[in-house]
Formats: sequence, structure tokens, C-alpha cells
Amino acid sequence: MSDETTDAPGPVTMLATPIGLDFDFTPGIAQSKFLRGLEQGKFLGQRCPVCGKVYVPSRGSCPTDGVPTTEDVELSNVGTVTTYCVVNVPFAGQSIEIPYICAQILLDGANLSFMGLLQEIPTDQIRMGMRVEAVWVEPDQLTPSLASVRYFRPVDEPDADYETYKEYL
Amino acid sequence: MAERCAVIGVGQTHHKAKREDVSIAGLVREAAKAALADADLTWSDIDAVVIGKAPDMFEGNMMPEIYLAPALGAVGKPMFRVHTAGSVGGSTALVAAHLVKSGIHKRVLTVAYEKQSDSDAMWALSVPQPFAAPLLAGAGGYFAPHIRAYMRRSGAPEHIGRMVAVKDRQNAMRNPYAHLHLADIDMKMVEESMMLWDPLRYLEACPSSDGAAAMVLAAEDALSGQYPPAWIHGTAMRSEPTMFAGRDQVNPQAGRDCSADVYAQAGITNPREQFDCAEVYVPFSWYEPMWLENLGFCDLGDGWKLTESGATAFDGDIPWNASGGVLSSNPIGASGMLRFLEVAMQVRGQAGEHQVDGAKLALGQAYGGGSQFFSMWVVGSAKP
Amino acid sequence: MSAAARTPRPVSIASFAQMQNVRKDDEHNEVEMLMPVIAEVFGNIGITKDDVDFICSGSTDYLIGGPFSFVMALDAVGVWPPRSESHVEMDGAWALYEAWVLLQEGEIDAALVYSFGRSSLGDLNEILSLQLDPYYLAPMWPDTVSLAALQARALIDAGKATEADFAAIAARSRKDALSNPKAQVANDIPAETLLEDEYVVSPLRRHALPPITDGAAAIVLAAGDKARQWSDKPVWITGFDHRIETHSLGARDLTSSPSTTRAAEVAGLADGPVDVAEIHAPYAHQEIIIREALGLDETVPINPSGGPLAANPLMSAGLIRIGEAAASIKSGKAKRAVAHATSGPCLQQNLVCVLEGE
Repeated sequence: MSDETTDAPGPVTMLATPIGLDFDFTPGIAQSKFLRGLEQGKFLGQRCPVCGKVYVPSRGSCPTDGVPTTEDVELSNVGTVTTYCVVNVPFAGQSIEIPYICAQILLDGANLSFMGLLQEIPTDQIRMGMRVEAVWVEPDQLTPSLASVRYFRPVDEPDADYETYKEYL
Repeated sequence: MAERCAVIGVGQTHHKAKREDVSIAGLVREAAKAALADADLTWSDIDAVVIGKAPDMFEGNMMPEIYLAPALGAVGKPMFRVHTAGSVGGSTALVAAHLVKSGIHKRVLTVAYEKQSDSDAMWALSVPQPFAAPLLAGAGGYFAPHIRAYMRRSGAPEHIGRMVAVKDRQNAMRNPYAHLHLADIDMKMVEESMMLWDPLRYLEACPSSDGAAAMVLAAEDALSGQYPPAWIHGTAMRSEPTMFAGRDQVNPQAGRDCSADVYAQAGITNPREQFDCAEVYVPFSWYEPMWLENLGFCDLGDGWKLTESGATAFDGDIPWNASGGVLSSNPIGASGMLRFLEVAMQVRGQAGEHQVDGAKLALGQAYGGGSQFFSMWVVGSAKP
Repeated sequence: MSAAARTPRPVSIASFAQMQNVRKDDEHNEVEMLMPVIAEVFGNIGITKDDVDFICSGSTDYLIGGPFSFVMALDAVGVWPPRSESHVEMDGAWALYEAWVLLQEGEIDAALVYSFGRSSLGDLNEILSLQLDPYYLAPMWPDTVSLAALQARALIDAGKATEADFAAIAARSRKDALSNPKAQVANDIPAETLLEDEYVVSPLRRHALPPITDGAAAIVLAAGDKARQWSDKPVWITGFDHRIETHSLGARDLTSSPSTTRAAEVAGLADGPVDVAEIHAPYAHQEIIIREALGLDETVPINPSGGPLAANPLMSAGLIRIGEAAASIKSGKAKRAVAHATSGPCLQQNLVCVLEGE
């Protein structure tokens, strides 16, 4: 070791080695139906032949019974906010201005809530049980993607009773 | 008939946001060497190595047991890699315990780690999936709605989360290995911290840490070490589907079943009375009252009252996370193992400043994914 | 060594199923791939998920390109009510090992093991580079075929094999695969013709490389009364072990496999004759190394299923070797068999499972 120079390089503590990999994504048969539904401006789910529950989107199996879900079910455009959070943290890839409401939405006729963006309401006015509807992009903009749903917004209906959705929190 | 198995050595790193002074190999060796030293053993005394961590994408190193085999003295030995999401640190220890309980090996080294600073964990968790809306902002965005559901169900007042955030950080002041040492922490400081995922504030969430944990597990005829063994009285794992109709994410059935299993093995009928302390995976403050109920330390809806009463504080009747817990150190893959390791330290009487007086029987719990994976063990100073 | 001294609890391969191995399954997601395999592995012996006490799976996120790929795959089983379940980021052969360990304790009697791998979704050569030392090797992206070629070259230079040997192994494997309806690559092309193939990376010609395969497989393990209930003539695991070598290729003799030899010793392979071997040697030359490491002479048939040269679904190919070896015994073609699985570059980690019929 030499002390002759004061600006000798220190130890290497970090080495940036970017990794970029491309992958194909295979949605599968059931999820493709859901995506094709979005392309037509509607939510398509599937019913389990054993327990009768309706899953949207379906990944092809009933998660509890482990059997294929085969019966297609068209669901309502309207649903209930079962629970939510307000996202106020910036992250890479974020395309929505913070703060925004990330809500669990149970579509009428479904037995599983999914996560959706809620807009057209101040973040401090959102409530569990609020009734909301999907706002779709213009018909000529529809694609087999969740981008077809711009967001959800409140509808002029009384809030759902807690008892009706407490199993779907 | 299963053999008896005990923890005879523990080791952990100093957990920090960035451990730039060590490589991944250096990090796991730091914990492993400490565990071997504690057990008075060397690498050659070890029969097999079991390693665990959360997704490989956190470091960008696929199936890291391949690269880490020589660093952990595993060359020529069986080396095994476990991955069960956030519960992995716990389930890794359980696989190691089974290698001893089954009679296959006498001494097994088990290690878990995460070096989050080597990559971007939040990015790795939020890889854009085609056809999906990029709504989630890390794990907090996933758990916050369930916390809100708990508050709604139990009627818990808002300050409970802040109490846990303060309590665990105060505990961490007694733990030299903890990542966060916030000497000035108080309710006001938590309340004034940034709201990240309403209702979760910045100081109610776990940090991102680099760190590793290691233990040596041994059969009854292979004990060694400076401290008495921590005997394993019960082990259990449970999983349930990630999303299904009617799933209770606040009080998951898998967690209840897992604790019922491990309690039956260990003869626990009243966890609050029989355990002297517990280390439970609480990455967000509200998970303390939620898991108090899930683990049967109180009646349903009363978890927050237990927290509010101070029962789970360091000087309470059932201290939870005397080490400072996940809220103070979160090397993800190692976080579960740290829970298991900390209770072993407690019943061995080696926890130093955060030693719970006279701890003889304790519960370690880890959970992962979206609260669908659980692993637990009960350790005690008495031979089972 | 404790491992060699102990007599394991008898555990049987009660049922085995695998997906049709294909180059690319772009129709099904992982759940849809696995569901029929799991239905078949239970259906073979007339049981349901309620009859197994433990579930363990093997897979890797880097084949799918997203974290936690094993999580949703569990929906193919339907773990409700909650089950005791675990996952290894390894080939399913190691998941089978974990389940076997639990069965050794004597407290449970049956386990489901499954694995899946879609090798087709990304560039495998690039993906597997990420298994290497992340500081000194991976940043240079050495590809997995080139590493295998280094090993093949070492084998040739050591006088242990020739390119004609590689071609002979490839020709035999794909010819044998003609009788395996699940195989992906099956043909009858003489070795001499194969030697006219271009080099991919010298000395490896195209035929010496495994195909890229999407696949999935499952096995039910049983012990105690269940082993007898589910089979008239159980196929028993009589020895099971795995070992790893150092990561640094420069510190290894790439022409031998001491970890395989050690695992075979602990598994008691030499305790009896071997009628058939299913070897997870993705590259043709690796069969020569593993055959020698296992101490198998030229009379022992290797990979009658076609082996990984006929179908190599990553993360499942090792588990399939065990299933195929068990099938050889079940069909009466063999009384005692050995199955092998590997992981890491150039056979760094190896597993040996010894099976016996009654």
C-alpha cells in the first residue's frame, strides 16, 4: 500500500451490470377469453363447476377446487369497492399522477374482487362499499388489455351494505 | 419416529440499507461463520447446507446456490435451495430441521439472505405484466387495503399502528444488528412521516435491508456450542390459494391452521400464557394486531386492545419482536429466518440487551406472498 | 457418514405423469399446463388431493420472467382447505427429495410433487448465464452451450470420447424416443449422418444439444399402508442423495463428476445390479461423464425414454428421469434402476435416486 497520493482510488463497492431479458407471455385459454372480452368492452368471467363461484379474470382453474373453469359468464359493468388504499409513493413505471386510489372492486355477479384505479372522486371521499362503474376507452380504441378500462368512477347509488361484501375483503 | 433437533448456533449480519463492503458471498459467509463460531464448529463439521431467499430477481442471480456453494463450504455436500415467498426464511429453517429430524444428517447449516441493494427490489416485485394495469406500488400497496379492512372489522383506532411502529423501533435500540436505530422515535414522528399507501405511513412500513441469517441445527447426539440448545418443539407450514372467493386476507385460514398444528405438537393450549415471547413477521405495523388474533393470542377483534395495553411491549407479559422485528430490519429472504433465530436466541439466553427475562418457550412465525404462505416453529429450553 | 449408515424408510413412486413435451406451448398458461398432469397423476391410482399430506414443487422464476411464478401455479392443485406445502427453486427432482425427507420422519404417508418449466419464453442461453457468479462471470454473459462445449472439448482432449461417440448417443436417444409418445424429438437418423451436422459451438454439433422444451411433470410418493393400497407391486426408493461441486469451472475436472459418484455411494447404488439408468445429461457428451461417475458398464441401457436429448423441459427433466426409471420397473423391464438429475453449468450439482421393484 502506498500513501504517496491522496486521491488513490478506493475499493470498488459497486459494479453496475444491467440485465435485460425479453420474455414471451402466454395468457392461456381462460385469460385470453377475458382479454377478448375487454376488446369488446365487457368483463367476461368463468364459473367453477364444483363450487359455482365466478372468477374474473379466470386463469383457467378454480383456485380452491383445482378443476378447470369452463362456463363463461358475462359480468356487470358496475360493482362495489370492497376496500382500497391511496397510493402516494412514486415508483418506476408509474403512469398515474399520485396520489391515486387503488380499489378492490367486486363486480356484480362475481365472487372475487380485483384491483382497479378509481377516479372522478377526491381521494378523501372514497368509502368502502361505494358503488362504481367502469369507464371504457372509445370503441375504436378497445384492445385485448386492461388499458381498455380507463378507470372506475362512482355511480349515483347508495353504498352497498357491509354485509353484502364483507366476505370479499 | 422423528429424531429430536435443536438450534446450536446462530449468526446474523449487521443489517443495513446497503452492505457495499461485501459481495453476496461475503454477506452469507458473515452470518454463517458467526453461526459456526457460536456452535463451536468449523465448515467440515457440517453435513449439508440449506439456503433460502426470496425471488432471484432481487439480485439478478438465478438459482444462487450454484454460485454460493463454495462460499458456504458446501462443496462435496448436499446443498438445497428453498423459495416460498416471504415465509422462505422460516421454511428454509424447517427444511433444515427435517433433514435432522428424519435422521438423514447430524448437523445442518441453514442460511437465508437478501441483498436488496444489488438490485431494485421494488422493481423486481412490480415487473410489468402484459395486459395488467400498473397500479401497485410495492408490497405496501398490496397490504394497505387489507389493513383498512382490519380496521373496519375490529373498530381499531388509528393510533394502534403508530404504537407498533414506535414499540418495535424502540426494541431495535437494544439490538446491535438491527438496520434502523431511531433513537428519537415517538408517536408524533410516525404521525408526521409521509403517507405512502393510505392508511400506511412511511414509518409504519419496514425498511429495505441487506442482510443474512444463519443457524446450525443438530441432532441430540451432535450437540455443541457455547449456549444451551434451543430444542425444536414443533414445526408447521401451511399454504392457501392466492385469490379465491371468500378468502379472508385479514385472518387467513392457512395461518390459523398452521398455528393449530404447531401448537398441538408443542402442547400449547394458551399461547399468551405459555409462550414467554414471540417473533412474528410484522412488515407493516398493523400486522401485529392482525397476527395476534390469527395466532390465537387473544379473541377475534381484540388484537389491537392487546397492543394498546402494552402486553406486547418489551416489558409486557408477552413481548412480540423484542429484536425490533421486520419493522426494524428487512432483508426479505432472511426476515423469516431472523424470527426463527431470534426466538432460539431468547430461549438460549443469548439475546443480550433484548433478552426477555427467563424466556423458556417461544414462537417464531413467518408469512409470505399475499398472506397465503405460513411457516412456524416453537422452540424451548427444555428437551421435548 | 451418517447418511450412508442409516436405512431409509421405504417410500414408493406411486404414480407418475408428464405433459406432452413440446417446443413451445403458446396456448396454455402454467396453471392450464399443470392441471391435466395433476389430474392424471392422481387419476392413475384413483386418489384426490385430499389423499396427500404434503405438496412440494420445483420451478424457477427466470423461465417465466416474473417473480413468484410458483405461487399462481398452485392453483392447478387447489390447496383448500390449506395444505402443508413447499417450493424449491430447483428441478422437481429436488422437490421430490424434500418430500422424501419428510416421509422419512414417519409422520406422513403421501406427498404430491410437481414441477414445470417453459424453456421457450425467453432466450435460454442468456437466461442460464445468470446462474453464474454475478460479479466475475455473469457480466460477460458466457452462454450455456459454450460452457458445455468447453467440457466436451476437455473430454475429447482427455481421450475419453470422440465426436462420433456424441453422435452415437444422440442417434440412440432419439431412436429410443420413437417408443415414447411424450417425447419431443424422436427420429431414426444414423450417427454417421448426424456427424454431417454443422457445429453450434465446436466440438458440439447440433445433434449433441438438447431441444428447447416446454413441459411439466408430477409424481405421487407413498409410504406405509398407502404404498400397498395404491400399487400391487410398489416401486421403492432405496437410496437418495445429492451433492454439489465448486462453482469455478477452472477448479473442476470437467471430465469427471465426483459429486455424482459421492451421491451414488450414499444412495447405495453399488449394492446391487442396475438394469436401467435414466440420466439427466442434457448434452450428449455428459452422458459419458455420468455413466462413468455412476460406475455403469456398457451393458446398462441408458435413457430408454430418449432422455433429455429427446425432451429437456428445464426444472422438470430431472423429475421425469425418476418417473421414467420407475416406469421401467413398473412395466417389468427392470428390477433395479437408477435415476439422475443435474443442475448448474457443466453438471455442477447432481442427484442420484436408486429404485427397486419387488
